[in-house]
Amino acid sequence: MPSSLINAQHLHRYYANTHAVNDVSIELKQGDILGLLGPNGAGKSTCMQMLCGVLAPSAGKIEINGIDLLDQPNLAKQHIGYLPDKPPLYNELTVDEYLNYAARLRHTEKNKLNDYREQAKQRCGLSQHSKRLIGNLSKGYQQRVGIAQAIIHHPKIIILDEPTVGLDPIQMREIRSLITELGEHHGIILSTHVLPEVQAVCTRVQVIQQGCSVLNKSMAELQKRNQLALHLQENISTEALLNIPGIQSAEQTDTGRYLISGDSLHNSLASISEYCVTQNWGLLEMSPAENNLEQIFIQLTSSDAGSHNNMGTA
Amino acid sequence: MILHIALRELRSLFLSPLAWVIMGGLQIILAWKFLGFIEFFYTLQADLINIKNAPGVTDLIVAPLFDFSKILLLMIAPLITMRLLSEEKQNGTLQLLLSSPISMTQIVLGKYFGALLFFTLLILQISLMPLSLIAATDLDMGKFAAGMLGQFLNVAAFTALGLYMSSLSKQAVTAAASTYGLLIMFWIINIAGSSDASGSNFFNYISMTHHSLQMLRGIVYASDIAYFILFSLGFILLSIRQLDAQRLQH
Repeated sequence: MPSSLINAQHLHRYYANTHAVNDVSIELKQGDILGLLGPNGAGKSTCMQMLCGVLAPSAGKIEINGIDLLDQPNLAKQHIGYLPDKPPLYNELTVDEYLNYAARLRHTEKNKLNDYREQAKQRCGLSQHSKRLIGNLSKGYQQRVGIAQAIIHHPKIIILDEPTVGLDPIQMREIRSLITELGEHHGIILSTHVLPEVQAVCTRVQVIQQGCSVLNKSMAELQKRNQLALHLQENISTEALLNIPGIQSAEQTDTGRYLISGDSLHNSLASISEYCVTQNWGLLEMSPAENNLEQIFIQLTSSDAGSHNNMGTA
Repeated sequence: MILHIALRELRSLFLSPLAWVIMGGLQIILAWKFLGFIEFFYTLQADLINIKNAPGVTDLIVAPLFDFSKILLLMIAPLITMRLLSEEKQNGTLQLLLSSPISMTQIVLGKYFGALLFFTLLILQISLMPLSLIAATDLDMGKFAAGMLGQFLNVAAFTALGLYMSSLSKQAVTAAASTYGLLIMFWIINIAGSSDASGSNFFNYISMTHHSLQMLRGIVYASDIAYFILFSLGFILLSIRQLDAQRLQH
């Protein structure tokens, strides 16, 4: 059993003169839900298409479940279920006909076909719509059919390109819980613009910006950052803050506003506030720093924009 | 796997009104022509008795009918083949095929045979009219079979060319227009072959008309069969290459 489901190293992809993907490595382990984040045109879809064998990388190596995708594409693709950004649906077929076709394309054995189809439909909430024409379904249901075709053959890896685009909030929540459920038995890569979605379902985040991977961290790592935001009346130096026991670093973000961090800050909240009061700093507010994904995302994608600007033409 | 793709293709065709309209329209037009040929045969019948080795029913009714139907099939072919790959590209459904564990060759052959299956049904439908003559007279079954083979080889070539054109473009209409252009070109290119100049034979050789002419008379040359098979094979291979190239670069 290979250690990782996807092991893609140093992927490059050119479109004419544009360097759309520049040295991106992606790894996916069993049970991982990897969120690919990035602004429009960052190269997320291109990365996913390369992982599915829809596009060939200009350079780099992709191993799917230990099988080289370029050497043995048919063997490797057997382990992949892919939902492109636009669901690949035939409007003139019914849900059942379409899912049968999708299953057969993935070499599903005849005696398992019905079971697999019913399972996929049930998981995606399509059981009531078996005989309906796909063209007549609403966008949300079409999206579900798209997900159903990606999971119908029980692949080890599921790659979903913006699975919740165009859905209403309730459908979004259903799809998210479906993804979380699927994540228990499969490795999943999903791309999205919706940051709360990543926070809600992903175990790992990779940010792609102008074709380069600028962040690749586990969700736990991102959330571990123990930071507090302080709002004081007095304008003091950051050195003074470092005297507070348990604080390892401090920075000023605005007049009277500070960001302090330390290993176990949340256990010493009382002592910190007490210290501020005894120093007469005029403590106005103390809150967990909102160093959430959105901030990280905006930091990365805006500050790096300049440094990577010339990558495309290099 | 090729069969699954082909059957899906055929199914989608019959789920749209297009296939039915084509089948109905073709049958009405050909029935009209067929009646005309029978009428013509009746007026000639009296004179034919006096001629030695006079042409029979097969020569006067079946052959012209098949000859005419080939022109109609040429007009129909691009309508069917134009969507084969361009529509899949346009709708994004090609990604389903490309991400599935099947080869490019299987995809292209599946598409090709799907369309060819439809045309085979059309030809069989056309053949019912001449076959109905059996009730009243003797048909030259050899000539009839040769005529059928000719039609089949023709549509096999039309389909391959249309498939290739469809692989080149995302727009079905563009694919249809270019297929019409090339098919008509291959159809009439032997006009340049009627002179005595040395290049003349070449134009004859690459023309479809030239290669299907003898089959209507009941003469089947291996070279004619080879022409159509090579023609079809060539364009199928080009389609596979084209799809592969698109995967490699945009």
